[in-house]
Amino acid sequence: MDDLRELYQEVILEHNRKPRNFRVLADASHEADGRNPLCGDELTLYARVKSTTADGSDVIVEKVTFQGSGCAISKASASLMTDFVKGKSLKEVAADFDRFHELVTSSPSSPAETDGLGKLAVFSGVREFPMRVKCATLAWHALRAALENEGETAKTE
Amino acid sequence: MSFDVEAIRKDFPILATQMRGRPLVYLDTAASAQKPRVVIDSMADFYSHHYANIHRGVYQLSAEATEAYESVRTRVARFIGAPDPREVIFVRNATEAINLVARTWGEQEIESGDEIVLTTMEHHANIVPWQMLAERCGAKIRVAAITDDGGLDLEHLERLLSPRTKLLAFAEVSNALGTINPVRALTALARERGITTLIDGAQAVPHRPVDVEALGCDFYVFSGHKVFGPSGAGVLYGRLPLLESMPPFLGGGDMIESVAFEGTTFASVPQKFEAGTPDIASIVGFGAAIDYLGAIGMDRIADYEQTLLSYATERLLEVPGLRIIGTTKEKASVISFVLEDVHPHDIGTMLDGEGIAIRAGHHCAQPLMKRMGVPATARASLSFYNTHDEIDHLVSALEKTQELFH
Repeated sequence: MDDLRELYQEVILEHNRKPRNFRVLADASHEADGRNPLCGDELTLYARVKSTTADGSDVIVEKVTFQGSGCAISKASASLMTDFVKGKSLKEVAADFDRFHELVTSSPSSPAETDGLGKLAVFSGVREFPMRVKCATLAWHALRAALENEGETAKTE
Repeated sequence: MSFDVEAIRKDFPILATQMRGRPLVYLDTAASAQKPRVVIDSMADFYSHHYANIHRGVYQLSAEATEAYESVRTRVARFIGAPDPREVIFVRNATEAINLVARTWGEQEIESGDEIVLTTMEHHANIVPWQMLAERCGAKIRVAAITDDGGLDLEHLERLLSPRTKLLAFAEVSNALGTINPVRALTALARERGITTLIDGAQAVPHRPVDVEALGCDFYVFSGHKVFGPSGAGVLYGRLPLLESMPPFLGGGDMIESVAFEGTTFASVPQKFEAGTPDIASIVGFGAAIDYLGAIGMDRIADYEQTLLSYATERLLEVPGLRIIGTTKEKASVISFVLEDVHPHDIGTMLDGEGIAIRAGHHCAQPLMKRMGVPATARASLSFYNTHDEIDHLVSALEKTQELFH
C-alpha cells in the first residue's frame, strides 16, 4: 500500500474529485485533443494566450482549461497543470514540460528532482508505476500540441 | 469427483510467485492464460531432444520433429471436433487466422456491394480485417445491435441478413463482457441463406467444450496462448471443401508443390496455408496444453468456472457503487465492471498494489464500450486455477479502493 499512497496522494485524489478549470474555454486561442490509445483516456485542452509586448515577441499563457474523461492521474495532472502554467511565457511552459516529464520518468532509485515544480511534485510517485506515466503526461502533451500546432491530436505514444 | 483446485494450482508454476510482496492473484486469463508445467516442460524437452525443421530433412531428427508437430494437428482436430486434421491450419493467433480468411476467402468471394455482418460486441480483431477487406472490395459492413444487458439482438441480426450477405462473423464468447452467444441458432440462420460463417472462438475454447461440427460453422478461429499454451500458436479451422477452394495466403517454402519461374503449383491443404518455418516448439507446447485440458475435462472446467462465476458475481455486487457490465444469463467466467467515482485504470493500479492482476481499459472492443455507455471497464476473468479465496481478496481490495477514492 505504501507505493499506492505515494501515487495517490491526497492532492491528486482531491483534484480528481474536483478538477480545476474543468470546462470549455469559449474564447480559447489554441485547442488540442489528447488521447491515450492504450487506456482510452481522452481530453480536450483549451488555451488562451496573449502578447505582452507590442511586437508580439513575448507571449504568455493567460488561461488553460480542459474537458474529457480519464483516470485520477490524468485528470489530476491536467487540473494541476492548468493552474501551474497560468501567466507563464511559452518558453517557461516548455521548460515546465521537460521538468515534469523528467520527474515522472526518472529512475525511482534516485531522489526525485522537484525543483521549480511546486505542487506538481506530488506526481513523483508515478515513477514507481511506469504503466501510468502516459496518464500523468497526457495533458502536458496536449498543451504542447495546442501551443505548437493548433488542432492536432496529441498522443502519449 | 470434486474439483481439486489446489492440486490444479500446483501445475502452474507462476501461481506460486509473489507480486508486490503478496501472492499473485491472476485474474487476467482472458488476455492471456498462464501455462502449466507440462507445457513449459514439453517445449524444453522438444528443444533439448527432438528439435529440427519440419517437413524437410531426410534424417531421423527431422522426422521426429515433423511427427511431434503433425500429431498436434490431429489432437487439436479431436479437441474441437473437426472431422479431418487437414481442417486445422496453424497460425500465430486468432487475429492472424481472421486476416488469413479475409485475405484469401474474402478476396475471392466478396464483391462490390456484398455485405459482411458483424456484431457490436466484436473484438477489434474481428472488425478491422473485415473493414480492410470491405475497403478493398467495395463491400459493406453491417453491425448487429446488442441489448442493454450485453446480449445479441437476434431479431435485429436476422433483419440484417440479406441476399447480399456473404459472411456472418461473430464471437462465441465476448472477450469484454463474457456473453455467450447462441452459436447454433446463428449458424442455422446463416446456413438457410447460404451465408458463410466465421466464429471467433478465442474466448470460448478456454472455458467450454467446443465441437465445430455441432456448431455448424464454416470457419472457427482461436489462439493457443489463451488456452494455456505458448504464444505464437493459433488455429484456423475451416471446412475442407472451403479451404481447398481458397487461394494461398503467404507464399514461400513449405506451401508449394513445385516452383519454377514459369509458374508455381501450390501444396494441398493444410500446407498451402503454412508458408515458411512455423513456430514449431510453440505448436508442440500447444499440443501439451490441449492434452492437459483434455485430461481434466472441459466439462468439469466449465462446471467449476460457473460456480466461481456465480460466487464472484454475488460477492462483487456487495461492493458499494459497483456495477457489472454484461449481465446476460449465459456467460463465461468473465466479469466486466465499473466502480462509481473510480476510473478503471485506477482500479487496476490499486489492485496491482495488492498483487491482483486484472485488465482495465476498452478490451479492444471500443464500439462495444461506446454502446454500453462507458469509456472503459475493469475486467476480472476467472479460470479454473482461480479460487473462492482469490475472489474474497479481490472484493476486499475493491472495498479499500472505494474508500480511498471517496
